[in-house]
Amino acid sequence: MIAQQHINPATAASSLPESITVGESLPRGAEILIEALLHEGVDSIFGYPGGAVLHIYDELWRYRDSITHYLVRHEQGAVHMAEGYARSSGRVGVALVTSGPGATNAVTGIANAYMDSTPIVVITGQVPLPLIGTDAFQEVDTVGITRPCVKHNYLVRDVRDLAGVVHEAFFLARSGRPGPVVIDIPKDVSAARSSYSRLSHIAFPCREKRTKPDPRAISRAADACMRSERPVLYVGGGIVNSGAADELLAFAESLRLPVTPTLMGLGGFPSAHPLCLGMLGMHGTYAANMAVAESDLLVAVGVRFDDRVTGKLATFAPHARVIHIDIDPANIGKNVAPALAIAADAREALAALREEVGARASAETGASIARRELWWERIRAWQREQPLRFDGSGEHIKPQTVIRELHRLTEGRAIITTDVGQHQMWAAQFYPFTRPRQWITSGGLGTMGFGLPAAIGAQLAFRDQLVVAVVGDGGFQMTNQELATAVQYELPVKVLIMNNGYLGMVRQWQEMFYERAYSEVDISVAPDFVKLAEAYGARGLRAARPEELPSVLADGLAHKGVAVIDVLVSKEENVFPIVPAGSNSRDMIFQSEGV
Amino acid sequence: MRHTLSIIVADQPGELSRIVGLFSARGFNIETISVGGTLDPEWSRVTIVTSGDDRTIEQIVKQCERLARVREVRDVTSQPHIEREMALIDVTASPGAARQEVLSLVSVFRAKVVDISHTRMVIEASGNREKVEAFVEMLRPLGINDITRTGRVAIGRLSNGEEDEQPLAVGC
Ligand SMILES: Cc1ncc(C[n+]2csc(CCOP(=O)(O)OP(=O)(O)O)c2C)c(N)n1
Repeated sequence: MIAQQHINPATAASSLPESITVGESLPRGAEILIEALLHEGVDSIFGYPGGAVLHIYDELWRYRDSITHYLVRHEQGAVHMAEGYARSSGRVGVALVTSGPGATNAVTGIANAYMDSTPIVVITGQVPLPLIGTDAFQEVDTVGITRPCVKHNYLVRDVRDLAGVVHEAFFLARSGRPGPVVIDIPKDVSAARSSYSRLSHIAFPCREKRTKPDPRAISRAADACMRSERPVLYVGGGIVNSGAADELLAFAESLRLPVTPTLMGLGGFPSAHPLCLGMLGMHGTYAANMAVAESDLLVAVGVRFDDRVTGKLATFAPHARVIHIDIDPANIGKNVAPALAIAADAREALAALREEVGARASAETGASIARRELWWERIRAWQREQPLRFDGSGEHIKPQTVIRELHRLTEGRAIITTDVGQHQMWAAQFYPFTRPRQWITSGGLGTMGFGLPAAIGAQLAFRDQLVVAVVGDGGFQMTNQELATAVQYELPVKVLIMNNGYLGMVRQWQEMFYERAYSEVDISVAPDFVKLAEAYGARGLRAARPEELPSVLADGLAHKGVAVIDVLVSKEENVFPIVPAGSNSRDMIFQSEGV
Repeated sequence: MRHTLSIIVADQPGELSRIVGLFSARGFNIETISVGGTLDPEWSRVTIVTSGDDRTIEQIVKQCERLARVREVRDVTSQPHIEREMALIDVTASPGAARQEVLSLVSVFRAKVVDISHTRMVIEASGNREKVEAFVEMLRPLGINDITRTGRVAIGRLSNGEEDEQPLAVGC
């Protein structure tokens, strides 16, 4: 039964108050917006113009020396670029799109940023206030459509609120668990004039809700780690977001604790470190999944017990006491009820843990490490029993070989973005990462089309680094028009297409779980990607045979401008190991011998 | 178990739908909801009755607390509090015995007659959910033509000693 009373019709129906002084000397809303963005340190915007944002584009033209606008070729690309920029640099990415279709095209990116906790601010144009609710041309309820996939959103009804809204939006995007914030600005609000002063507009109602890690909880967690015989550190994107990698390394080393990162946590701990068990979850390593299954203590930091990690929840870490550290209290207890919950920033909590352990007598620490000798022996045995492996022989290029080659040629230093599918998992498995923010992938939403635009955003943040988008032939075609953006702005990303002629990941599931009924996964009718690259003014290269791979890859990576490297890989290769969805993680399926 | 959540949220357009959307997106059911002002005109109080196990409720509370414009979320169920619902009931009350029966129920339940015609009455009843429910059940055989009920509102108790409801003859 629903009863609502008094939803304040006064504010609900408010339109522009007359009290705003209209005068030539006062800045327009559009200019206030840009001033506020500048104040937030924004120097780059990814966007696409349209009727509702014309005033804003007019100001962007006037401000073109202080803020650079990157014209994308599709709004989804703009948001993914903002994400790539944010994920690589840790700064807030900004996208600007028009009302209606501009906003709806941006939704995929916004949802992606929400799932992966990426700090972005998306500015959308809206029809003028008096037209809202009239099904006006290019009107959609942007605030309504995006509500479930933003940290917060605004419909700015009064130009005097605009600057405050912008500052609060940036604060919200980057504070706590980061995420996307949408600011919907009606055309008449961007046209209305108001006074603007950088100082008087920075007040906003939101405050940091963050709490310091509770010292008693930290001390209990440290005790548990010291005493545990079979501990595992399960670490995720929160490590990267909070800049906790150094603290994690120091803490893990201090007690020689095994570490397994999630897909989002890759780079948060060096992949090749002896304490690293490799990725956890559906396509994780045998050792990582077994260690968690057998652990007596699971210290989960900056993770959310996603189903792709846990498999069947009831059989996930069945013997473990769980300590869950996360900045978002709503993540704690959502899927797994921990024995100890620490709602705090991962870096602060790990630093406190490290200090706590450091304060213990070295004899105690030594005894703690010695207690786990047997555990490490078992882990090493699992690693020997089922290492990540593949058969690189045969007349076709193996996709795993491509990643290994990429790693060798880039000396493990490139920023890698990916699309979604088999190639993504191979990149996660076979490219050892050395630092946080080196790995940028679409985790929670699994958005095909993410790879190329995300790479462009990362390249903008790091102009002098090598940025490689590892993509499938399917996902690449969802956003390949952004090649034009990369070429136009001389953002020399390298696109590595793992071309198998299939929607590979779907084909794999059909092969394994649907009796090889390859329903609608053949995408062999595709453009010639070399010619496509050239048509966009980029360099196109192709490797078709194993012996060509090293030189073609080296050539493409060495190219000064944008390059597309089309690698024809064996068509029916599968990602192993795999825990079938919803299964016990012990029930991994491995690459069969001799394949 | 049924829980009463009291949420203080900024009195701004769209904030209520944020809260409601949060429930529906996660498949949490809202049994009743009522929204009204607080002492401070900038803030409203949303009172939501929902049911679920402790984990579900804890999730709902935490999800609500994440909203930027939510200042406070309390599950008042376990705290001493007073709660009320109200119903307006259009009941058949023809002159004679039927009308007398209605009037005596009205008096037992401390309800109020707020409108009357030759054959019908509109009655206002308030109290906790059980009382309103019991009243409606007592009236039902007499012929209810229409009924409209509010959601629940709740406020913290000043002292534990006071009775929640004046005792009723029927014990509810
Ligand atoms: C936008 C979108 N649509 C559909 C899917 C479902 N899906 C997941 S992986 C995949 C196949 C991807 O094929 P491709 O890009 O060629 O990469 P591969 O798996 O072959 O490496 C599909 C269709 C998705 N993740 N995203």
